[in-house]
Order: sequence, then structure tokens, then C-alpha cells
Amino acid sequence: MKRRDFLKSVTGVAAGAMVPAPAIWSAAKADARSETLLIVSESGPNNLDIHGVGTNVPGYEVSWNCYDRLISHEMKSGPGGVPYYDRDKFKPELAEDMNVGDMSVTFKLKKKATFHDGAPVTAKDVKWSLDRAVSVGGFPTFQMGAGSLTKPEQFVVVDDNTVRIDFARKDRLTIPDLAVIVPCVVNSELVKKNASEKDPWGLEYTKQQTAGSGAYKVTKWTAGTEVIMERNDAWAGGPLPKVKRVIWRMVPQAGNRRALLERGDADISYDLPNKDFVELKDSGKLNIVSVPYSNGVQYIGMNVKIPPFDNPKVREAVACAIPYQKIMDAVLFGLAKPMFGAAADKATEVAWPQPTKYVTDIARAKALLAEAGHPNGFETTLSFDLGFAGVNEPLCVLVQESLAQIGIKTTINKIPGANWRTELNKKVLPLYTNVFSGWLDYPEYFFIWCYDGKNSIFNTMSYQSKAMDEFIHGAVDAAAVGNTAKYDTDVKGFVDLAFKDIPRIPLYQPYVNVAMQKNVSGYQYWFHRRLDYRALVKA
Amino acid sequence: MLTMIGKRLMFAIPSLIGVVIVTFLLTRALPGDPAAYFAGPAASKEAIEQIRKKLDFDRPLIEQFFRYTNDLAHGDFGNSLTTGQPVATEIRNRLPASAELTLLGLVVSVMIAIPLGVLAATRPGSWIDHLCRITTTAGVSLPVFFTGLVLVYVFYFRLGWSPAPLGRLDVFYSAPPSVTGLYLIDALIARDFETFRSALSQLILPAATLAIFSLAPIARMTRASMLAVLASDFVRTARASGLSPSTVIVTYAFRNAMLPVITTLSMVFSFLLGANVLVEKVFAWPGIGSYAVEALISSDFAPVQGFVLTMAVMYVLLNLIIDILYGVIDPRVRLEG
Repeated sequence: MKRRDFLKSVTGVAAGAMVPAPAIWSAAKADARSETLLIVSESGPNNLDIHGVGTNVPGYEVSWNCYDRLISHEMKSGPGGVPYYDRDKFKPELAEDMNVGDMSVTFKLKKKATFHDGAPVTAKDVKWSLDRAVSVGGFPTFQMGAGSLTKPEQFVVVDDNTVRIDFARKDRLTIPDLAVIVPCVVNSELVKKNASEKDPWGLEYTKQQTAGSGAYKVTKWTAGTEVIMERNDAWAGGPLPKVKRVIWRMVPQAGNRRALLERGDADISYDLPNKDFVELKDSGKLNIVSVPYSNGVQYIGMNVKIPPFDNPKVREAVACAIPYQKIMDAVLFGLAKPMFGAAADKATEVAWPQPTKYVTDIARAKALLAEAGHPNGFETTLSFDLGFAGVNEPLCVLVQESLAQIGIKTTINKIPGANWRTELNKKVLPLYTNVFSGWLDYPEYFFIWCYDGKNSIFNTMSYQSKAMDEFIHGAVDAAAVGNTAKYDTDVKGFVDLAFKDIPRIPLYQPYVNVAMQKNVSGYQYWFHRRLDYRALVKA
Repeated sequence: MLTMIGKRLMFAIPSLIGVVIVTFLLTRALPGDPAAYFAGPAASKEAIEQIRKKLDFDRPLIEQFFRYTNDLAHGDFGNSLTTGQPVATEIRNRLPASAELTLLGLVVSVMIAIPLGVLAATRPGSWIDHLCRITTTAGVSLPVFFTGLVLVYVFYFRLGWSPAPLGRLDVFYSAPPSVTGLYLIDALIARDFETFRSALSQLILPAATLAIFSLAPIARMTRASMLAVLASDFVRTARASGLSPSTVIVTYAFRNAMLPVITTLSMVFSFLLGANVLVEKVFAWPGIGSYAVEALISSDFAPVQGFVLTMAVMYVLLNLIIDILYGVIDPRVRLEG
């Protein structure tokens, strides 16, 4: 290339870039808008199949809407009149009939149910899918196990349209566990065709495309950018959804998600900062729904194996020094349900979560600390997950300030999201804040994970107590045989003990916050806290 | 020329090998356990171990390394765990997005910065020199995410002139058939002017953000280099010979001042390509920078390695192109291998 030519071509390119683009419009695009729901959220799925390796939470949303389960839950009116799933009432989805026996449950499948490719849904598919869920390992297998569903032999094909599930033992959680996201029914013939010897369950195939019978199917997925879902007009699982197409875009910047909503470009967003939600609520331009997490609590945890937190008096002192109300006001802007400050004479309920009787009382905290032999306090670290820094960081700063008043000097330890679980697993953090919520909304389910002596990952405090284990197992066994009186006593027993020993200090029940345009309705709260597109309506 | 290019590429090989080894070791040295992260919120110890096995993270480091290099040799960069896609595909899809944005930003920046720098140099101390100084200082001292947010606030939220900051295309447009991966060019090739218009309008704000940021180094470098050249003997001779001021400045001085400017440009370009993460975040741009950062946050090894390797290759190529350009612009520059 000659240098003169080069210099000329450079000016040419520069001039070309300045030519304005011709303005041409088409009306068809405007029509598409009214039939499409545009959802914006921070992150998107990494796998379209909940049975996959390491499928993230947004992936659950795809599974929920694109696959069917045998049964699902009815709706009831929840807090603030928001439709809320009814823990105790089941409705058929792929099954048309459910028959619970003593040690098994039998499902008759809907005859007209078909997969997205037109193949009928048969008992074989159901068995293959459930076998898959208990066999692939990782989270799905683990969740199935929570309902005592562990072996492929438990799932029996009776005939083409009938499946029987045998109980491994009497367990109240077995039927509810069949209505969570994991036991979804997969098109077994289609997936088997795309499986390989190395990948017998075809996880690689279902990672990239949906192979279900659900109300929606994914037509395009660009990881980290967008998911496009079209309605399945032949859906047999329920009434035909109103929204024809769902476009789910990832918008990492919270400020932009809010701007998109306020300008009316996006239809729905959740995971906005609390402050934005409060301001949006006050402005009245949008529909805002706030519902408490079912069976979920944000708490301050203390590792009872690490001194001085092995001393119950120290733990109680900390519980008296937490600035509860300040956290509610300054961190959450009121968007949470307090789990503290119950009246002193209030009887313990058979429910979870329920508030403790602790309130901020610095004088009492000081006295307790002196009694425990630490009149001048001590030094420790206060850790939190940076992945949820929006809430965790100001919360920890408030706790730090307040603990300083009773002489406990804390250094704040910010742990990146990727490391958080690793650190929790090591059980070496002395003082930290975290949140736990269980899909199955039963007190004993929460306690098995968080307080039981078998010390699961969620028993972040390494709390082990014989009395506690007895209450928990007593409640589980009583529930299985329907012994209400014993169940109630045991639930009250473990709640009281948890509050007396106070290895973790409940702070509040967080809210799920969803902001929608005024013309969008039909939001339903589900235990998984993700959106159910099937009920949404865009006017 | 060809032997020179061949030689240069040969010399790049050891540094690429070095990059492969270093990124492999560095990603392994990161704190955090990908198995625990991807085992999900309700994982037991056994579930985590199962995941670790599936991902082959339970093997000795040296075995993992040979497996990795073997895959690399077959063009396989591995799979990203956060997005679930093969890294090679992701980089191929995302690199054009970043490149298009960065190139446009740079073109805009050059169109403003070079005339500004030249004018400032020819009239030192005048108002245009002060304007140049103020613009560059402001541009470089405003963080890109801030400029980006301000632009979104004013032009999208307040005025509504700009489309929603939702990435490369409006939600209801589909991408033009991919030829170069650059939507503007692909849309023109497909003669789809509506998509072109949509892609361009999505590009304006992020490109402006980048341009504001990259204005400073280019304008400053142009000014400094022009000042040096204008003070040199041959310019004085040209002036003394009675050539018109425009001939002196454009033909004699500017061409000679271009070498350092080109060097700066190449540095700014490669820097922006990797570092415009914040702009990508603000405008939901599916670029390579945000991809790498997200992978890093979730200890997702493969994309980080793929990203660093791609960047290393890009740097090698870019340096080569710049060196060739030197020769084209200034015949005195002789390239040695």
C-alpha cells in the first residue's frame, strides 16, 4: 500500500462514517410489542435444564415455565392480597388425577398432553425424568432426597398413562417435593436420541434447548444477553396463558433497569435495590408487589465452636446489641418483615419464621458481656457475601457500629460471591450475616438444614445439641403419622431452644420485590420466588 | 515484507506460551471454589464433590494443564460455567460487539481529538488551546461509568432521544445475517437499513462515552507531537520558502507528527477493548470485557483463560499492524524482525 493511498483511504472512511443513516420505519414492530412481555433482570440462566450441572437460579425460571410437573399448587390470597401458592393444596398439571395410598401415590396422566415436538407425554417419560432427577447428582438429586425420593425403583410404570411412586418411608415432604421445580417431565425419546455414552441423560442437549411439555418453549437463548420464549399453544397443563411471547433481557445496571421501567420500555423487573422500590412505590407510576420470602430469614450467625461465641451469654449479648430497627429503616427502607421485638408475654407459635423477643438494649448487652467475662469486649471479624452487598454492606456497618458500643471491635470481611460458599463450608467464620430460605415451607424443613446436629452446610454456626435434634426428629416423625399434638409441642420446643441458645440471630424476613407496568397483572408468588409467566396478563 | 511478518509472528510464539502457562496458574491460584459455587444454593458436601468430579477439578494440576493445552491445540477453549456455552463460541460472538463499539468510539474520538490537537498546537495559548486542555482534562477525569450514566439519564431518561440502553439492538429487531459480526456492516451488506438505523442508534451513547474518555490521550499526543514538529528545521525551511500555512501544517508537519499519534491510538484501542467493561455494564452491551469480569467473579476458569489468550493474540497482531503502518506513513522507518 502506498502511503498516499493510505492517507486518502483514511479520510474516506472518516467521511463515510458521517453519512447519516436513512430513517425507515415499519409498523409491524409496534404490533409485536403489545403481545410481548419484556422482562429485565440482572442476570440470566446458564443452563435451560434444572437437572444440569450447576444450573443457576435464573435457569430455574426457564425450567418452571417450559416444563410441567405431575402436580402443582393452587393459589390462595397471600400477604397484601397478592396471589400466593397454597402449601397444602395441590392441583394436577400433567396428571389428571392423584391417588394417595398408604405407601405409594398413583398418577393418571392427561391423555392430550404432548411435548413441544408433538410426541405424547407417557408414563415412560415420567419415569425416565424422575430417574434422571435422582441419578444425575448435585442439586436435583439432593432436592429429591429432601422428600425421601432417592431410588429409580421408587418410580413404577403401571401402564402407558399411569405412574406409581412408592414411598421409601412415611414422609410428609414427599408429595410437596413432587411439586417443586426439579421433578419436571422431560421428553425422554427426544433427549435419548441426543444423549451419548458419556452423557447418558442428555444433559448437554437440554442445556441448550427445552424439551418439555410446558406452557412456553425457548426459541432463542443468547447466554448473558437474552432469552426469548414463545407460548406453546397446545399446552395441556392449564388454561392457555395470555402472553404470547416473553423476552427476557439481562440489564446488569440497576439504575438502567429502573429507567427502563419508568420510561415504560420494560414490563417487569425484580431485583432492584430496596431504595428504588420504595421510590417507585411512592411515585405511583408502576405496580409494585412486595411479598415476604416463604420460610426465609436473614440472620446474624455466630460460630459456636469458636470462642468467645461458644458462651451463650456472649451470643445473647450480641443479640441485645443488634440495631434491629435501624437496619429495617436505613438498609431495607421498611421492605422486610421484622423478626425481632415480639411482646414479652407472647406465646411461641407453631410457625416459622416467627419473631424473637430481642430488642436493642445496649445496657443489658453490656451487663451480659461482663457476666460472660468480657467486660472490655473483644475483637472479631464480621463477614458478608459481596454478591449481595446492596443489603449486606450497610447492614454490617450498622452492626459494627452498634457492637463497638459494648466493646466488641469488628473488622468487616467482604467475601466475593464465588468464595462465599467455600468459606461457609469451612465453618471458620466467627460472625457473619447470611440468608436462608427453604423451598418447602415447613418449620422442621428449615430446622433440619439450619440447626440439626448432622451439621449441614446451612448449619453455619456448627450448632449441635441433643435436645434440639430430639425436637426436630420428633416433629418430622409426628408429621409423617399426623400426630398434631406431638408435632406442635416439638415445633414450639425447637423454636424456643433456638431463641434461648441463640446461635443465630434472626433479623427479618426479606421481601421479594417486583415492579410492573400498570397494564401488567397476574403476578403470583411461588416458593421459588421466580416469575410464573403463565398467569401474567398484559392489557 | 512477508518474511518480516513471518519472523514477527515466530517471535510471538514464546510469549503466547508464557501467557498460557501464567493464566492457567493464576486462575488456579484464585481463591474460591468453582465446584462449591456451581453446586448451587442448597448443596451438600457430597453434591459439591460430585460437581468437582464432573468438572475434573479433582485431578492433579499437571494433568489438568496437559488436558487444557491439548484441548487448546484442537481449538477447544473449554466451556464457560456461568453462561454454559463453549468459550470459543462466546468469544467469537462477543469480540465483534466490543470491537464495533470500540472502533466507533475511537473513530469519533479521532475525528474530534486530532483536529483539536492540531489547532491547539498551531495556536498555543489561544482559546482553542485552552478548550483542548479543558476537554481533555474533563474527559480523562470523568470515570466512564459516570459519563455513561449521565448520558443515559439525559438522553434516554430525560429527553427520550436515545433508545433504551438494552444492548446492541432494540428488543424487537433481530441481528442481521452475520458476515463480519459488526452489526453496522452486516446490516449494510444485507441492505437492511432499518436494522442499521437501530444498531447505530444503540451505538451512539456508548460510543460517545468511550470517545469522551479516549479523547484526552489522543488530543494531548497530537498537540505535543505537532508542537515538536512545528519547531523543527524542515518546517522553518518550508515556511521560509513561502509555502502556504495550510500546506506547511497538513502536508509537512502533520504527516510527520502522526507516528506517535498512531502509537497512542493502538494503545488506546487495545486498552479500550479490554477495559470498557464499565461501559458494557452500563449499556448491557454483550461484549468481551463484561464476559471476562463475570467469569472472574464466579471463578469460572475457562473464559478467563480464553479472554487473556485472545487479548494476547490481539496485542501481537495489533503491534504488527502498527509497525507495518509506520512503514507506510514514514518511509524512513525500516522494520527489523
